[in-house]
Amino acid sequence: MNTRRFGLIALPYAWLVLFFLSPLVIVIKISVANEAVAIPPYTPLFEGGRLHVTDANYLLLLSDSLYWKAYWGAIRYAAIATILTLLIGYPLAYGIARTPVRWRNLLLMAIILPFWTSFLIRVYAWIGLLKENGIVNHALLSVGLIDTPLRLIDNDFSVLLGLVYAYLPFMVLPLYAQLEKLDPALNEAAADLGARPLHIFWQVTLPLSLPGIAAGILLVFIPAVGEFVIPDLLGGPKTLMIGKILWDEFFTNHDWPTASALAIAMLVLLALPMGLMRRLLRGIA
Amino acid sequence: MNRLSLFLVASLIFGFVFLYAPIASVVVYSFNASRLVTVWAGFSLQWYGALFENEAIGRAARVSLQVALIAATGALGLGTLAAYGLVRYRRFAGRTLLAAMTTAPLVMPEIISGLSLLLLFVALEQATGWPQGRGIATIAIAHITLGIAFVAVIVEARLSAFDRSLEEAALDLGAGPVRVFLTITLPLIAPALAAGWLLAFTLSLDDLVIASFTAGPASTTLPMVIFSSVRLGVSPQINALATLILIVITVLVAGANRLLRVR
Repeated sequence: MNTRRFGLIALPYAWLVLFFLSPLVIVIKISVANEAVAIPPYTPLFEGGRLHVTDANYLLLLSDSLYWKAYWGAIRYAAIATILTLLIGYPLAYGIARTPVRWRNLLLMAIILPFWTSFLIRVYAWIGLLKENGIVNHALLSVGLIDTPLRLIDNDFSVLLGLVYAYLPFMVLPLYAQLEKLDPALNEAAADLGARPLHIFWQVTLPLSLPGIAAGILLVFIPAVGEFVIPDLLGGPKTLMIGKILWDEFFTNHDWPTASALAIAMLVLLALPMGLMRRLLRGIA
Repeated sequence: MNRLSLFLVASLIFGFVFLYAPIASVVVYSFNASRLVTVWAGFSLQWYGALFENEAIGRAARVSLQVALIAATGALGLGTLAAYGLVRYRRFAGRTLLAAMTTAPLVMPEIISGLSLLLLFVALEQATGWPQGRGIATIAIAHITLGIAFVAVIVEARLSAFDRSLEEAALDLGAGPVRVFLTITLPLIAPALAAGWLLAFTLSLDDLVIASFTAGPASTTLPMVIFSSVRLGVSPQINALATLILIVITVLVAGANRLLRVR
């Protein structure tokens, strides 16, 4: 390798090894340490020339049903939200791909904008809409559709709504990218051969858009599993998701080893979808 | 108009109302005279006035802007180098690892990035004495690491689409490699660089989770202030702040979008 080449790559390489790779190694290390009343609050890996490793934190995750529920809760919320996002996002992406070209960029921009707009503010907006004396209840009461306020927040409904809302652009963008590439002549050919519109959709459009569907599913599912802000702000005390439990373990209980073990458990859960995502990204690039 | 397109039009209307109605409600109620967030009591700018007198928010805004400026600039430099290396040098030892490390932060849950970086900073401080405590520097390092991934993806796409014969022609005409880079390559990838910088900037400005882990007691960022205040309930001042943030980010994103499209 010549020196110019080395000089160019060395800097980002060293940065990422130090600030991306090595932190993950440290998480593994602390996940096998004991909690300690010390600063920092865990036992060292080597002490007196001996290696100290414990599986206590992982055993705790396995034995305490709270963690199981949080683990399963994250998968369940993320999976349902992903399906709902696909059902809402597909017609939206297809609609944009079918509008005249001069409108497309504007509509696409309108999808991208909320994606870059503050995530926190978009979740916050739903609190004002959904709470007991919030905008939705206020409107329904004044129209006379309901007599008592509906319970719209701090439940499964509000968490799923928040997830679908926050991650909808992640679904629409890859779907649009795929659907936009489809040649309308394919549909015309199928129609000429006597296929009905719904039939054309199932037989032609849907199969050809599968790569976009796969990318959208992964792009929504992966961050949704690790989500903390949405279950914390829109979910009630009964909402259990692994990201929220990890946050509480760290910031409320100051139990760094258990938080680290939870992080590793989350990574194991996401290893397969993240691997698939990388493969897809490489395919696109 | 056939039935299919009627259905698609309805989907488009539903989709965009769903995406924008909550944001619109925040903006509208930021101009509400009443302290009650959901009862309309006439137009008023009082919450914006209160916002500008709120010192905690002012301080946090300054911290956030500093972090975002450092993070976007650092991510631009490192991300561009990584992208250039990955596109131009197809074979070198550890290329796969570099490629993995530049895309993995894109899909890594924020809570893991935040926790792992904090644990690194604590371990480093124990071992070397640096960084002394946590603050703007540690948040910026965390955001640079995240931003590198976004910059690298955008710049890689631009570099791969780029006609290399332009560079070869310049080299044939006797220009040195540095001169070729500065006068040919750089202007051609400039829109991607600007877009990457803006995206890294908005990401940093918006991040709550990673900043919460890597911030120190004296370096509360704007999202952290919003979050702790939102946990206590909806407040019209936060609506006003949210409206201002929405305006800033909309302008930046519209700018980035323009840059990416103009060739």
